[in-house]
Amino acid sequence: MELRMEVRKGFGGPFNLETDFTTTGERIGIFGVSGSGKSTLVSLLAGLSSPERGEIFLDGECLFSSHRGIDVPPQRRRISIVFQDDCLFPHLSVESNLLYGYRRCAPEHRKVDLAALVSVLELDGLLRRGVNKLSGGEKQRVALGRAILANPRLLLMDEPLSALDDSLKLQIIQYLRSASEMFGIPYLFISHSLLEIRLMTDQVLSVAGGRVVGQTTPEQLARDRMGQSQVGYINLLQVESLRKMGGLHVYRWGTEELFVSAGEESASAVFELSSRDIILFKKHPEAISARNLLKCTVVDTFPSGNKVGVELRCGTETLVAEVVVQAADDLAIQARNEIYAVIKASSFRRLG
Amino acid sequence: MLLLTSADYDAIRLSVKVALAATLLSLPFGFVYAYVMTYFRFRGKVLLEVLVNLPLTLPPVVMGYLLLIALGKNGWLAPLLEPLGVRLIFTWKAAVLASALVGFPLLVRSIRISMESIDSQLIQASRTLGAGRVDTLFTVILPLSRAGIVAGSSLMFARSLGEFGATIIVAGNMPGVTQTIPLAIYDYASSPGGETAALSLCVVAIAISVLVLLVHELLVKKLARRD
Repeated sequence: MELRMEVRKGFGGPFNLETDFTTTGERIGIFGVSGSGKSTLVSLLAGLSSPERGEIFLDGECLFSSHRGIDVPPQRRRISIVFQDDCLFPHLSVESNLLYGYRRCAPEHRKVDLAALVSVLELDGLLRRGVNKLSGGEKQRVALGRAILANPRLLLMDEPLSALDDSLKLQIIQYLRSASEMFGIPYLFISHSLLEIRLMTDQVLSVAGGRVVGQTTPEQLARDRMGQSQVGYINLLQVESLRKMGGLHVYRWGTEELFVSAGEESASAVFELSSRDIILFKKHPEAISARNLLKCTVVDTFPSGNKVGVELRCGTETLVAEVVVQAADDLAIQARNEIYAVIKASSFRRLG
Repeated sequence: MLLLTSADYDAIRLSVKVALAATLLSLPFGFVYAYVMTYFRFRGKVLLEVLVNLPLTLPPVVMGYLLLIALGKNGWLAPLLEPLGVRLIFTWKAAVLASALVGFPLLVRSIRISMESIDSQLIQASRTLGAGRVDTLFTVILPLSRAGIVAGSSLMFARSLGEFGATIIVAGNMPGVTQTIPLAIYDYASSPGGETAALSLCVVAIAISVLVLLVHELLVKKLARRD
């Protein structure tokens, strides 16, 4: 998918959207704080509002051009949206909601059908229900299914996880990713959550003050923002359960074992760990209260604000820790140095 | 015991007929008007709004008189109606027009409230799923406005049943032809010894109104449960 947007839209106040970018990829994120212009971009791209001037091209096709007088209406753009609130039609059943876009899609574009979608999103058993009888997670799955069944050439996901509990987010993320991959539909994922962007996308456009201010990978963006973020860099650790020991859960993380006090035991899980919850030691520390002591190798260091990020290799896995500049100097942190990372069992937060 | 004459039964039948016709006649116009006023911006919108709502504040007699001027033999619309052989003044159709005009703002108000409460993202979702404006109107906006349509229709029907001022001016008060329940009650009340007959018609009017409001409540509740 290739998208080019060079547009301007004013709102009669100090905020104007003025942007000029080209992006190529299948899983693209748009990241920015509330009020930065993300939703306006979505609206312009979907044809729900029109720019004052400029051009929008999707895969070489002109969707809008002020000087050529082109403004393709939303129903002909084949761009579906998954909204923050599910936006299901309350007067229709789950099945009728799912088929709303499918019935309006030209037969030659129908690649995904109801049976395949119901299987991927595990919607069997829900089809005859009214949408008001669904849980939040079920509603968002139906909304995703409805958008995919319209067989769009681009899926816009506008903060689709914001209204969900943390416990549901990971589950829905898995559905979002597997459905778009299985049916080969590229997407733009819009969010103010860097964590969601990292889980959902391969590259990201940063939006601020109505402008696209950068285009990079989600990983790089997370590192760049580490110094100014209140929670630091969030490491995501995919683990598998091993055993219980003294009230703690022991998980396998790559070739390492981790002691974790968070959550209930399950066969596999994803844990968040802030770069600020990792303490670095130059030499093996003795008699410490923290339950996790990992021998690591420094892969790289990078500046981020007044902090220094330290990328560590722990067995087969990678961690990012964060220290102040003075600490980095004291420890003489350099690439290929051996170092010890200490993590409390209570520092892990289970995702999903 | 209700003491009703055959003329009273005529008045009851005519009242229901006029109210029903006025409501059915106004419904499509009311729906389209509410849709346009809710979803479109255009010049003169405020003026149109004022004009449509005028019957709410003007005395019905004024509305009736304006209709008389417009539809009468030498009225503004006479050049249009006469060649078609259409005569409205002092017929039951004039009563329908009077009721429609006076009840229209009530109908529109309810439908608009219903339309305005529809989440705009539902309409956006519909458009991005391949529905054009008209398709969205019939598959999303109309079904989600049902409660407002039912409420507005009930209000208009009830208002039409009670319409007096405009009707007496434009349709007259001819028993069996243009005399509705309120006009018949007026006749009885202004004639010596007509109290019992007037009271009987009052009971009938109350019964019809209660029935309309009950049906309205039931339908609105049913729709709310379904949505």
